[in-house]
Amino acid sequence: MARNAIGIVYRKEFTEWVRDRRTLISTVLVPLFFFPIIMVGFTALAVVMVGKAKEETPKIMILGGEDSPQVVAGLQKVKSLEVVPYLPDWKEQISDKEIRAAVEIPPGFQAALEKGQPKTVKIYYYEGEMKSSFGVDRIEKFLKDYRDQVVKERLAAKNVPTSVLTPFEIHQENVAPPEKVSGATVGGFIGYMVVLLCMTGAMYPAIELTAGEKERGTMETILSSPISRMNLVLGKFLLVLSAALATAALSVISMGISFAALRRFNMSSGRGDAAALLLKLGPKAVASIFLMALPMAVLFSAVLMTIALFAKSHKEAQSYLTPMTFLVVIPAVASLLPGVELTPKLAMIPILNTSLVCKEIMTGTYHWNSIALIFVSTCAYAGVALFLAFKTFQRESVLFRS
Amino acid sequence: MIEARGLSKRFRDKKRGEIRAVDGVRFRCEPGRIYGLLGANGAGKTTTLRILATILEPSDGTAVICGHDVVEEPEKVRAKVGFLSTATALYPRLTAQELVEYFGRLNGLDENTLKKRIDEIFARLDMDGFRDRRCDKLSTGMKQKTSIARTLVHDPPVMIFDEPTLGLDIMTARTITTFIRECRDRGKTVIFSTHIMSEVEKLCDVIGIIHDGKLLTEGTLAQLREKYGEQDLEEIFVKIVTPLQVGAEA
Repeated sequence: MARNAIGIVYRKEFTEWVRDRRTLISTVLVPLFFFPIIMVGFTALAVVMVGKAKEETPKIMILGGEDSPQVVAGLQKVKSLEVVPYLPDWKEQISDKEIRAAVEIPPGFQAALEKGQPKTVKIYYYEGEMKSSFGVDRIEKFLKDYRDQVVKERLAAKNVPTSVLTPFEIHQENVAPPEKVSGATVGGFIGYMVVLLCMTGAMYPAIELTAGEKERGTMETILSSPISRMNLVLGKFLLVLSAALATAALSVISMGISFAALRRFNMSSGRGDAAALLLKLGPKAVASIFLMALPMAVLFSAVLMTIALFAKSHKEAQSYLTPMTFLVVIPAVASLLPGVELTPKLAMIPILNTSLVCKEIMTGTYHWNSIALIFVSTCAYAGVALFLAFKTFQRESVLFRS
Repeated sequence: MIEARGLSKRFRDKKRGEIRAVDGVRFRCEPGRIYGLLGANGAGKTTTLRILATILEPSDGTAVICGHDVVEEPEKVRAKVGFLSTATALYPRLTAQELVEYFGRLNGLDENTLKKRIDEIFARLDMDGFRDRRCDKLSTGMKQKTSIARTLVHDPPVMIFDEPTLGLDIMTARTITTFIRECRDRGKTVIFSTHIMSEVEKLCDVIGIIHDGKLLTEGTLAQLREKYGEQDLEEIFVKIVTPLQVGAEA
């Protein structure tokens, strides 16, 4: 019998794994190109779309205002707005995106303004529609400037300086470093993606090495060799774990490159604010995320292998494991919810704890007690899952299920 | 040497309850002899051989192979056994050589011995032409030769064949039967199961007829002919099995 049986099984499984085109797609191509496409592609697309929307001169309609020619003329003079003649179906026109907004000047607005009586100007728009909101912004800016002008004129008429309106100034200033700000805003996304990709990376080899062996008829071949079942499970498990970690590693690297590229793109296009919001994945953060992902990857690999082993075929295994994706996504998404923060209780919930701690790490915060608790608890869950995998491999009713 | 000592195997089935796939099977197979386990589909042949190969554990009884108990020392037993069946497929993405090397390494062969063994087996089985070809690109005959090479790589003293010619064409089946004979000639202990009478007549030194999990009779072909007064093995088989079937149906 071989001394290094686990290594022999691992090497053989690795050889088969790298020769499988489907593996290349799920483990290498998806994590490598998913983020650049999502991050860079979509952001660039969004920038182009927003730019185009901003370039457009929104068409607006004025409702009423016959007795207020000054404000109507003022609106018509705004270069960034195109005032179209009034039509009674203006609401439908906004809904159908024929015009972007409508502004209603109440009757006697000009007269009321001169008498100092307050009146309300209404703006009608299409909520959630970007171009409509740009139109609203421009109308609002005109009206605010107009109001300020009226106030200034009134104060000047009474010889009151305009400074009376602002007895003191309010100024907000962020003191958190940019990486913490970016970590708090988009850091949770990293944890979520690491969790999800760790699982998707483990899923295909877990099926291939268990149900796949049964389906191909190689299970009986390997079971007739002198390797112990424990060594066989360990060799297979290490390969599944490698796949999970490789997928996570490639995704984190790809994410880092995508963020760096996007940062450069935003800086060069003068969008410094957007650049500051982007994550900077330093080596310490990457190493810490990996450390936390390790026991979780062990957990996923062992659980997926155990479940997939019950199946007789690839197809059957996929139907067993697909619901697992939802079980994993729910706690991972929960970590993204605002206000969900790492507590000792939450540190005991697998997946959610890793997502949360990744979020903390991304902000540069290292709560070592929580990190230790999460690491130990996830290791314990992973140990139980691995033990179950061993036990399942001993069960003839599972191995030779017909 | 193989010695089955009251082997039994029970399975639980949700619909049918407890099934006795193998029931108190006892036999002995000596080195340099071929023991043929003859039985219809579902008679218990595969289960018996899987127990001998330690792929399954017996519910009762045991078997001793080359001095090792199948229950107590399954890994040592497997190191002494070469197991071949139509269910023992090949890894599709490994080449013929890689596959044989893999099983050689699992059997603890060092790299020098492994290389020598592979060169020798590949030459003997005329496999050099496809040694670097992936198993999923091999013809059925090439696959069977690769399977044979896999079972031989560690030069086991015991060979177990479970319906090895099932579904194969004449030429491929002939490769297998020639190989089984060679194993006997090299002094290996050989057991093989089949339901093809002609194979048993041609190959086996001792024949055991198994039905409903029980070994009903055993002996050389000559002994069985004399005992049941029939020349044709098929007639002998029917004579042994039919009363039981009639009884079971009644």
